[in-house]
Amino acid sequence: MNITIEEKASVVFISVKEERLDAHNSGDLKNQMLSLFEDGKTQLLIDLKDVRFVDSSGLGALVSGFKNASSHNGNLKLCNLQPQVKSMFELTRLHRVFEIFPDAEEALASF
Amino acid sequence: MSEKIEVNIRVPNQTRYLSLIGKIGEDIARTLKLYRGDREELAFNINLVLTEAMTNVIRHSREEAAADEINIAISICDQELKIQVFDQGRGFDVCSIPAPDFKRLDEHGRGVFIIRSIMDRVSYRKLKSGNVLEMIKSLR
Repeated sequence: MNITIEEKASVVFISVKEERLDAHNSGDLKNQMLSLFEDGKTQLLIDLKDVRFVDSSGLGALVSGFKNASSHNGNLKLCNLQPQVKSMFELTRLHRVFEIFPDAEEALASF
Repeated sequence: MSEKIEVNIRVPNQTRYLSLIGKIGEDIARTLKLYRGDREELAFNINLVLTEAMTNVIRHSREEAAADEINIAISICDQELKIQVFDQGRGFDVCSIPAPDFKRLDEHGRGVFIIRSIMDRVSYRKLKSGNVLEMIKSLR
């Protein structure tokens, strides 16, 4: 999976550079986040600007990351969701679970 | 004159074909001249149900089944969209799955709920060889 990772102060900023986040590649994202947690990084911001499609596996990977972050007293937040992707979070009621920001700046400031 | 389309697809039973199948579904939606709703939303939704249904088959197939094929039929007739996903495996009866508990943060279990939310009718039945998941949506 194509992602870029930057550290911005105490936050790890992950940009998913894929159009689709689905059953084929969501495992990679999940493993990537697991590595970060193992390295003691617990503040994660995931930028989904390029993602135009997410399925239940993609949501599941993000949920897994969220649970791991929380169990390490950390945070996992999201930003730049495209409208259809945001609708997926609303359909599955995950918009009440994740903090979702319209842009990265606002998201980073919230940590 | 109503639009009539029928597409039959056969691909290996592997997740790397999800985007291909999803794209075919999206492209079909975009050809629908008579559809009065949001065509982009319909395209996304067809992509989504195809992806979810295909993933279910892959997940519940035997490990050796990666070399098997999955057969998908998409048809539009009389302003009704029908998607059939045929599996030769043990099958996975989506109709037996309850709605997810939204209070629990489960990693899995949303796929069937998503299919049922988007499509008007969902059924799963046994055939002579294998099973078929049939999903229907009215396009009126």
